Amino acid sequence: MNAVFRRVLFALALTLCCGVLNAQAIDPLPFKDHAEETRFQHLTRELRCLVCQNENLADSNADLARDLRHQVFELMRQGKSDAQIKQYLVDRYSDFVLYDPPVQGSTLLLWFGPLAILLAGAAVVVVTIRRRSRAQAPASNQSANDSSPNDEGDDW
Amino acid sequence: MSRLVPFFGFLLLVALFGFGIWWNTRHDQREVPSPLIDKPAPAYALPKLDDPAQTVTREAMLGKPYLINVFASWCVACGEEHPVLMSEGQRIGVPLVGYNYKDEPDEAKAWLERHGNPYGLVIADREGRTAIDFGVYGAPETFLVDAKGVIRYKRIGPLTPAVIERELKPAIAALRKETP
Repeated sequence: MNAVFRRVLFALALTLCCGVLNAQAIDPLPFKDHAEETRFQHLTRELRCLVCQNENLADSNADLARDLRHQVFELMRQGKSDAQIKQYLVDRYSDFVLYDPPVQGSTLLLWFGPLAILLAGAAVVVVTIRRRSRAQAPASNQSANDSSPNDEGDDW
Repeated sequence: MSRLVPFFGFLLLVALFGFGIWWNTRHDQREVPSPLIDKPAPAYALPKLDDPAQTVTREAMLGKPYLINVFASWCVACGEEHPVLMSEGQRIGVPLVGYNYKDEPDEAKAWLERHGNPYGLVIADREGRTAIDFGVYGAPETFLVDAKGVIRYKRIGPLTPAVIERELKPAIAALRKETP
């Protein structure tokens, strides 16, 4: 009985402790329910802190990040949608506040550059394989004749 | 020939990284271009630092171009900028408005007393709420507002004599040409 009690107490202490840690990670805001808190966390994770630019608003300890978190919270309370809140910040701090930059002229390279490089790499691989198989096909057909006519010096 | 392909790939990377280094020595990575340039300055109503009963608004400031300089007594870079404002402030040719950002009024006043006050007028934003509308993310920042209340130029970071000559004075000269 004593052992069970102790275990329960331990579990309780652990829960409380984690709760405290969670609350300290950000300054506590008076969320009305869990859904609102989840939405807030999700939203601030997609926004960049302008002061320490590799941190998002949710994680940053900077003074401005705290102000902006409060602002986001207030806008949520005013019934603004996520898109409206993002636009509010973009109007003031440019697209830079968004961790997910919008697709537009200046970000085309950012969005599709990796795909282009991937496709270029794939093209190189396809061309190389085709060339090799073409070089090997005649060689395997006439195994008696060893000299391959298609040796283009592709040794890489 | 195909042996040389990796070598050219290497040269391409060298060029790319070289360009990256060259670019970064000339551009401040932390500088975020303000979307507010050529847009009307946000509406504000802020108390004067030395007389909180009086409020300064955007509308009251219309009619003449002016500079808003965001500063705070806790801001180290503002201390570096301050002597420049003291010596160049009068020569810039437009009124200098101090924007005291998230500061204790007493500390701000003491700071101005110790280092000198280059501002014709100082407004105080203790909570930093209006500063969000201005897109302020780090003092010092400087905004050039024209006679119609439109933000024409923004400097993020300290004003230096070089920046004033190269960027600020041409921007002010451009304003002069528009409104004779």
